[in-house]
Amino acid sequence: MTRRLLSGWGGTAAVISDVREPITVAEVGAALAEPDRGVIGRGLGRSYGDAAQRAGGVVVSTLGLRSPVTVDTDSATVTAGAGWSLRELIDELVPLGWFFPVVPGTADVTLGGAIAADVHGKNHHRSGSLGSHVRSLDLITADGRLHRLDPQGASGRAFWATVGGMGLTGVITEATVALRPVAGDRLAVTTRRHGDIDAVMTALVEADAAHEYTVAWLDLADPARGGRGVIDAADHLDQAAPVRATGSTRATVPPLPVNVVQPPVTRVFNEIWWRRAPLRPRTTAGSFARFFHPLDAVASWGRLYGPTGFTQWQMAVPVDAADAVRTCAERLANGTVPPSLVVLKRFGAADAAPLSFPQPGWTLAVDLAANDPATATLLDALDDVVVGAGGRIYLTKDARLRPDLLAAMYPRIDEWRAERDRLDPGRRMASDLSLRLGLV
Amino acid sequence: MNDAFGRPQTALVVGGGSDLALAVLDRLDVTLVRVGLAARSADALASAVADRFTAEVRTFHFDAADPTEHATMVDEAAEWLGDIDLAIVAHGDLGQPFSLETTPEEVARLISVNHAGAAAACQAVARCLAAQGHGTLVAFSSVAAMRPRLGNLPYASAKAGFDAFALGLDHALAGTGARVMVVRPGFVHTKMTAGLAPQPLATDAAAVADAVVDGLVKGKSVVWAPAPLALTPALRILPKALWRRLSER
Ligand SMILES: Cc1cc2nc3c(=O)[nH]c(=O)nc-3n(C[C@H](O)[C@H](O)[C@H](O)COP(=O)(O)OP(=O)(O)OC[C@H]3O[C@@H](n4cnc5c(N)ncnc54)[C@H](O)[C@@H]3O)c2cc1C
Repeated sequence: MTRRLLSGWGGTAAVISDVREPITVAEVGAALAEPDRGVIGRGLGRSYGDAAQRAGGVVVSTLGLRSPVTVDTDSATVTAGAGWSLRELIDELVPLGWFFPVVPGTADVTLGGAIAADVHGKNHHRSGSLGSHVRSLDLITADGRLHRLDPQGASGRAFWATVGGMGLTGVITEATVALRPVAGDRLAVTTRRHGDIDAVMTALVEADAAHEYTVAWLDLADPARGGRGVIDAADHLDQAAPVRATGSTRATVPPLPVNVVQPPVTRVFNEIWWRRAPLRPRTTAGSFARFFHPLDAVASWGRLYGPTGFTQWQMAVPVDAADAVRTCAERLANGTVPPSLVVLKRFGAADAAPLSFPQPGWTLAVDLAANDPATATLLDALDDVVVGAGGRIYLTKDARLRPDLLAAMYPRIDEWRAERDRLDPGRRMASDLSLRLGLV
Repeated sequence: MNDAFGRPQTALVVGGGSDLALAVLDRLDVTLVRVGLAARSADALASAVADRFTAEVRTFHFDAADPTEHATMVDEAAEWLGDIDLAIVAHGDLGQPFSLETTPEEVARLISVNHAGAAAACQAVARCLAAQGHGTLVAFSSVAAMRPRLGNLPYASAKAGFDAFALGLDHALAGTGARVMVVRPGFVHTKMTAGLAPQPLATDAAAVADAVVDGLVKGKSVVWAPAPLALTPALRILPKALWRRLSER
């Protein structure tokens, strides 16, 4: 047992927890048994806010849950311990001709954490979120018992409460996930500039019809730029000899005493991102690493925001709420702090998990320094726009949502609560997120 | 829990009638769910702040002069609040203008209330925050702690002691997830200073509250309000005669 200061990827609201590092099922059960202030699982801590910490309580690190990675070619599935990172899994899988069905913007997440957040990738418009590719998972509940959960059948409710359940049903120890066959580790990537947000949105609809992976980067660093953007679209390339899949980290940012992501820097950064895109659309062969995880090239880049850290605000609104996207983009561009990285994507069908974030429509994500009360007020106002449009905020990114908006954003929350309470009647599973938002 | 911008969901104010503390709560009312106000005349305070906040408010009895009750009061408040995300220790008693006529008993009383009582309250809060693994304690010191004037000598010297204690307490809390932010307001137009002649850089409660909220977001350990007062300690290198003249301005 070690007492450790923990915070999410955004580096905000750090708290002290007792961290346990179990390896066996029995050890996980023991760790779940004791707490009086609650206990929660934690993978690689890539959630931005307070989902994987419990102040004064117990945090169960899942990094030791590494049962062997086995690929079953007949069923096209991989079974692995929940503590493996997607980076490690992809590195094993690609040379064998398989790819993970859904990869988020960083490969440094655990299998368990990815399921707990029901993560989505740039292929959501076609493939949905991770939950719909999970064939089964093993869960240890707070009473120390191990359950095998399947998406259908008797354990279906528990399965879908765990997918997207933010660790609040128990600790996932292992999962079986359906794979996508690939012939190599190269993609055909088409990059295209669009002069304003309307053009970006129209083009994104078209790109989704034509490509497996799509994403748009918006330039909101200056309202005069009208929300211009760059769309990256990609498809797997056939290729004879797979090499390295995820690539390795090239640089590290040391802890910085101040936030260097200041408005002038942001404007230049966005300008570079814009100019990086060719004047005329161009298709090139790209690596998985550059396309899926461009930010992973710099370790700990979050430190650029200095000691006060940053937050990511990610919303999803229905298909017919394109106006809400424009309103949010406009208000962000006119805010006191120009946002640096803004990502726009379209979501396809939702899965069956009551707390899953993606719903058919638009998703907008933005990183903002957490050092100005005006930014907090702006995001509060944007939440209201999102709720008004029938949308929601992504819990794994959140560190500041007002709890009174939760039920409107997640209308199936009571269904989730009922199943969660059945799995953990003593309400021992708890995170700072669950307390802050009154999830449980 | 505190959010990414240092905004709390629960707060305990020791010296709950303080205009400055209440102004801070006005600013934080967006996220506050429950607020505990501890004061000597808890009932009067309860009716005074009725309807001021959307957060649920409960008052607790607190007498700065009786440190034996502080720990129980804090435990009781914490029990009702859940966790204490933010605690503000804000009570203060300026007393009558100081002179050689002031009785030794009155000097002892002012120092006991402003220093011993406040430090003991901070200690009770700090133990609670350390146990819960998070939380911020805002300790209201005063620019007087750095620059006493004759007229407020007992108050100022008590604040100097309290300020030193609060800074040290932040050090003691290192590694617990909790922290202390010391706030040093200058002359603020409040009921405590009503009738006194304002000094240079006088400010109001709303401006102090803004500075406190900004300090919470930025994770500051010391906040001066207004900010230029941060130069005060530097003035101490001035020759004594000049320093005294400045201090009386
Ligand atoms: C640069 C970057 C880009 C990202 N891009 C995307 C993206 O494109 N799409 C997307 O969907 N997300 C994205 N994310 C978010 C990230 O995928 C999720 O936050 C993910 O949950 C992080 O996994 P982790 O292992 O770090 O989990 P942690 O952050 O450690 O934990 C996250 C949650 O999962 C729970 N949890 C972790 N392990 C287990 C377990 N074994 N059993 C039960 N519960 C568990 C925790 O309790 C917590 O609630 C991104 C994050 C970063 C930093």
